[in-house]
Amino acid sequence: MRYRAEVFVTLKPVVNDPEGLTIRGGLHALGFDSIIEVRAGKYLVVTLDEVDTGQARARVEEMARQLLANAVIEDYRIELKPESPSPDAGDRRGQSPSPVVGEPKSSGSRDFPRGQGRGGGLPA
Amino acid sequence: MKTGIVVFPGTWSDRDCAHAVSEVLGQPARYVDHREDSLDDLELVILPGGFSYGDYLRCGAIARFAPVMEAVTAFANRGGLVLGICNGFQILQEARLLPGALLRNASCEFRCEWVNLRVEQSESAFTLDCRPGQLLRIPISHGEGNFFADPQTLETIEGNGQVVFRYCAPDGRVTNDANPNGSLRNIAGIANARGNVVGMMPHPERACEALLGSVDGLEVFRSAIHALRRVAV
Repeated sequence: MRYRAEVFVTLKPVVNDPEGLTIRGGLHALGFDSIIEVRAGKYLVVTLDEVDTGQARARVEEMARQLLANAVIEDYRIELKPESPSPDAGDRRGQSPSPVVGEPKSSGSRDFPRGQGRGGGLPA
Repeated sequence: MKTGIVVFPGTWSDRDCAHAVSEVLGQPARYVDHREDSLDDLELVILPGGFSYGDYLRCGAIARFAPVMEAVTAFANRGGLVLGICNGFQILQEARLLPGALLRNASCEFRCEWVNLRVEQSESAFTLDCRPGQLLRIPISHGEGNFFADPQTLETIEGNGQVVFRYCAPDGRVTNDANPNGSLRNIAGIANARGNVVGMMPHPERACEALLGSVDGLEVFRSAIHALRRVAV
């Protein structure tokens, strides 16, 4: 089974984030006065083959602990989705992907992003 | 002082270190490839500055898994002297041989300039020749040297006397103005509890000849020579 794990690595809240502060300054300069805070981080997409969701999550957790995040300064969050057979290339974090249940299992379209007018998905 | 200078892809200060050790101090030195797995012939291992593996992910995060790092860890654990300079300091922290982490400079700028360091203790293998309170003038050259540790760790390393160098004003006062990168408590270098592993952001190898503007970096290397003699006696 193929999975797509999105890993969000962010500085711990207690860690000062000069990059985020600088971005906030730039946004303020553009007139976005309502901004309280900006925190910068890293976004990693890991595609992997594992037997099931539990195993896939455990592996990605292990990767995050060992390498992707530094526990001294960073937190991480993992979002895991099966990548096949349903083509969910068009989905975006923060939005519910289109329901997998009832999705036609058409293998012919699986290599193409199916996002509606979003300018295509991320490369699979 | 049989010295090994570790070279990762992207290391850039290896030759400066080799020059300081072999040409200026007249000590035997060799380069250590990042794929080597034995350091048995060495007494001092230097992890020099640079941008190992392009600083991808985090500074030092990938280098930490290079084959040679297992050997460096074993070498450190049996009391061998290890000095991490700049990127080498970042690698030692990633490898958990030293506590804390180095964040992006508070200014978000790469800082390349001379700084004044106050020696905080003369127990570590790399400050044995110094006296506490002594000032050293040594250059920095980094974008991510902002020392961070959680409050508990900070208290531990302060309590154990593991803070080796602090950024200070020319008169030795530890001030905000003298802090080039936002490091907590102006920390520029720390040691492990045993004192045989030291990491520092400033580059002592670039301050070993009067022609370069300072010879204060020699104190760091000479201390190591004396530390080895002391062990041998």
